Amino acid sequence: MSRVRADEEEYWHSSKFRAFTFDDEDDELSQLKESKRAVNSLRDIVDDDDDDLERVSWSGEPVGSISWSIKETASGSTSSLDGRDSSLQKGSSSYAALPKQASSYSLSSLFKGRNKLSSFQSLSDALTDTGVKNYAPELRRPKAEYKDYSSDWSPKDTVRRMQRGKVCSLERFRSLQDKLVLLDEAVAGHDGNVITAVLIFLKRTLRREILFRELEVRQVALCHLIHFLRETGEQKFLLDLLRFLDRTEEVALSQYREHLNIQDVEKRREFLKGCIGLPFSAEDTSHIQDHYTLLERQIIIEANDRHLEMAGQSELFRKYPRKASILNMPLVTTLFYSCFYHYTEAEGMFSSPTNLKKTFKIPDKQYVLTALAARAKLRAWGDVDALLTTKNWLGYTKKKAPIGFHRVVEILQRNNAPVQVLQEYVRLVEDVETRLNLATKYKCHDVVIETYRDLKDRVQLTAYKSKVERGSVEEEKIQSILSNVQIRWKN
Amino acid sequence: MAAHLSSGRVNLTALREAGRRELREFLDKCAGSKAIVWDEYLTGPFGLIAQYSLLKEHEVEKMFTLKPGRLPPADVKNIIFFVRPKLELMDIITDNVLREDRGRSPQRDFHILFVPRRSLLCEQWLKEQGVLGSFIHREQYSLDLIPFDGDLLSMESEGAFKECYLESDQTSLYHAAKGLMTLQALYGTIPQIFGKGDCARHVANMMIRMKREFPGSQNSIFPVFDTLLLLDRNVDLLTPLATQLTYEGLIDEIYGIQNTYVKLPPEKFAPKKQGEGGKDLPTEPKKLQLNSAEELYAEIRDKNFNAVGSVLSKKAKIISAAFEERHHAKTVGEIKQFVSQLPHMQAARSSLANHTSIAELIKDITTSEDFFDNLTVEQEFMSGIDTDKVNNYIEDCIAQKHPLIKILRLVCLQSVCNSGLKQKVLDHYKREILQTYGYEHILTLNNLEKAGLLKPQTGGRNNYPTIRKTLRLWMDDVNEQNPNDISYVYSGYAPLSVRLAQLLARPGWRSIEEVLKMLPGPHFEERQQLPTGLQKKRQQGENRVTLVFFLGGVTYAEIAALRFLSQMEDGGTEYIIATTKLINGTTWIKSLMEKLEPAPF
Repeated sequence: MSRVRADEEEYWHSSKFRAFTFDDEDDELSQLKESKRAVNSLRDIVDDDDDDLERVSWSGEPVGSISWSIKETASGSTSSLDGRDSSLQKGSSSYAALPKQASSYSLSSLFKGRNKLSSFQSLSDALTDTGVKNYAPELRRPKAEYKDYSSDWSPKDTVRRMQRGKVCSLERFRSLQDKLVLLDEAVAGHDGNVITAVLIFLKRTLRREILFRELEVRQVALCHLIHFLRETGEQKFLLDLLRFLDRTEEVALSQYREHLNIQDVEKRREFLKGCIGLPFSAEDTSHIQDHYTLLERQIIIEANDRHLEMAGQSELFRKYPRKASILNMPLVTTLFYSCFYHYTEAEGMFSSPTNLKKTFKIPDKQYVLTALAARAKLRAWGDVDALLTTKNWLGYTKKKAPIGFHRVVEILQRNNAPVQVLQEYVRLVEDVETRLNLATKYKCHDVVIETYRDLKDRVQLTAYKSKVERGSVEEEKIQSILSNVQIRWKN
Repeated sequence: MAAHLSSGRVNLTALREAGRRELREFLDKCAGSKAIVWDEYLTGPFGLIAQYSLLKEHEVEKMFTLKPGRLPPADVKNIIFFVRPKLELMDIITDNVLREDRGRSPQRDFHILFVPRRSLLCEQWLKEQGVLGSFIHREQYSLDLIPFDGDLLSMESEGAFKECYLESDQTSLYHAAKGLMTLQALYGTIPQIFGKGDCARHVANMMIRMKREFPGSQNSIFPVFDTLLLLDRNVDLLTPLATQLTYEGLIDEIYGIQNTYVKLPPEKFAPKKQGEGGKDLPTEPKKLQLNSAEELYAEIRDKNFNAVGSVLSKKAKIISAAFEERHHAKTVGEIKQFVSQLPHMQAARSSLANHTSIAELIKDITTSEDFFDNLTVEQEFMSGIDTDKVNNYIEDCIAQKHPLIKILRLVCLQSVCNSGLKQKVLDHYKREILQTYGYEHILTLNNLEKAGLLKPQTGGRNNYPTIRKTLRLWMDDVNEQNPNDISYVYSGYAPLSVRLAQLLARPGWRSIEEVLKMLPGPHFEERQQLPTGLQKKRQQGENRVTLVFFLGGVTYAEIAALRFLSQMEDGGTEYIIATTKLINGTTWIKSLMEKLEPAPF
């Protein structure tokens, strides 16, 4: 509880700029302060002086009575109220007289710049002046409401009462005709609260087919009912409705959404299996199918690997214990997992990366990226090399990276690859400027030196000499290139 | 602390005062000592209306956060729940009530205050749980428009956009209309109403209907507002998706401003006292209130971030010079004068220190490579470059598993700037997103499609270039330091919404009929008759006051752009801004995403 209190304190008192309020009265000499005062002329009176304002506003008046008493007399029912001193009712002057009162007061004084009175004290006066006070509730309390206090509300009045938060009995509306008029009135009022209340009533008192049929031609009401059913979790009713309306794709998505509420993976898998046949759009159908297949695979992999891990015989699992189960993870995460723990498995195994790649038609780029990240994390540089090596039909090998070698370098670097490994791929970055940048950044001296040599840029190469260690192999190398007379330097 | 509310053209203190009055009235209905159980979401907005002192005066002794389980044992007569009308909250309340010890004495009375509206659905729900009868007072507190600053009002209704465009639930529009009626009651009938979009049309219709049905609302207050402009968010889906580049906009993008407060990483705010060699670094986030009550903040909040540094350094010089003055003070009078200035100087110095720290934090991010790359792509899209093919940067971000919301913002931006994506491009993005982030996001993608943010191009026609050229949405020669156009808020892109407001003021919408037809929803004009005697006779050189109401949310950058227009010397119009919610691209997209975890309770 003390924590709660501390939070409150922090919350309610965290205005940091109290220092700006200048509320001490003595220093009239300060020019700065005077100019401040001019700018913030309102501040001294209104600001933060809750106490004063309150006392001024409410002196001699029973607190909280004015608007209240008007409300109650306006609605014509005082009996429903409990524990109220009847003396509070003195504000119940004739309603019709109110506009006159309001006009008798110079309301423009409410606004800065139009203030006819010289003192801003008038602001708080204005706020508590009866004209304004009585005015605000008037908005919510039209004459129509109190003049005929009876139980025989028209649909329109019923809706209006409900909009004001009054509970009305709707049971009087018996005929279909009456109910529909009521619904149309509610819709015209745009208050979702009331529309929903009427819909609940109709749902309870009308046969489904009739309700559905009538809602079909009342789109706004229909949307509210759908939203309501979704909120309250009346899934079956909702699906019936959507089916009736022939909104098949929505039926499908709405049903699919349900899987999120199923915690048990086996049950979830079964449920997803049932979703495959639903009338999704063509594109979505394949995604749903994939979702099911993926979970199916994950369940198999999970069972296997948990067993492996428990048995403690696999070095890989011992060295890198799993942080979480693979269940319900996205496809790419699953691929990473499989590249990490099951890289060398034959394609026939469900857990092998190549199997995943084939089954889900994972694009090359995505696959290389993921495999690279996984193998680099294990510091399996040989695998990295193999992954990026292709053989052409003559049997020659060539390095190829569908993601671009600059990305390869980034990934390797992030996994703390040694310079020798890094350098090999930095060298393959095609764009010279990027290559130089990466090589310099990651201290792949050889690549920098060779690139400057190929660019015949003596100036840069000479400058680079100062950046390598004195007496190192690199310095020697630079020296020998610089003294090579066969190079035609461009500068 | 409300002085900043009265600093603008329209004194919004009156609105706040009306809110406080209503609150006091409710509290006094529940006689005796009380504890308030808060729906946590509401504490922020309520904080803008009242401080704890007000509650305390009305015998509120304890305050708790709403959570399941048994209520804390506070010795009070009344327990009042302050809640939004949401079913999941009703379940928690039910739990609280059912676990209340009936044997305790004296017994505690329960009450509910629904904010902003009483809900029949919720009451029905409570009835079904058998606890409705436990509540003595069930009331509503119509916190429709909350004053945030001297020129800014918000309903802080998070779901407004989603409800209007995904669920066709127009309740938030009803509240907006009600808020506008309250505003008119306090500030006079607004003679002219303009609007663009379906929701705008609805709100205008409701206002007219309410006025007709409530004859009492014919008021005799001299109108403060000349014009009301209602703008649908879906008329301009582009603007919130782009990264805001004003100071305040960036603070919101990076740290999130909630109810004028921001929480910042504490490291940069460590007190630098001598002899405390780095010990006791604060671990709690630093919480600051941001509004125009702070002079320095008012000056820099709406500037392009690139122009903030120079202001801060200038201020620093002025303050140092002021502190130097003490050496020149010789006579007693001079010393007295210096001393009298000290509080202000110290406040200015601490304000400067805070904003220098914030600017440093932001600069760390804006100078990062990724921020730059992201911005480059955004600007390419907005200026119409390569919007019709798969973007490399977006692909890279997906591959590196950047936050999903960032991806969605970019893809939606591309879609909007191309009037929809080619089917092949859309399918490609979808597949990559689902494979990387999980298939269940198919539901979110569907929501975005329904809201029109992400869609296939239909009819093969891209209207965006025409709209961009006619409305001059992209300005190549943007001046960030001394702006001459609103496009400075996005360093080149002029927010469409604000351009519409600007063109409405001058030369009028008739000049852009063709483009207005390309944007969704109707545009319209309505007039509300004023009683004779209240018609305004404009003084020479007096500015018009326009209330711009953004239905579905507004960003800080758009607010900055409107403030810029207000301050233009020959602008002729001053703007007050109202909205259903203050948003940025991230919070907006988030509100449209499917909640993937079942509710914890």
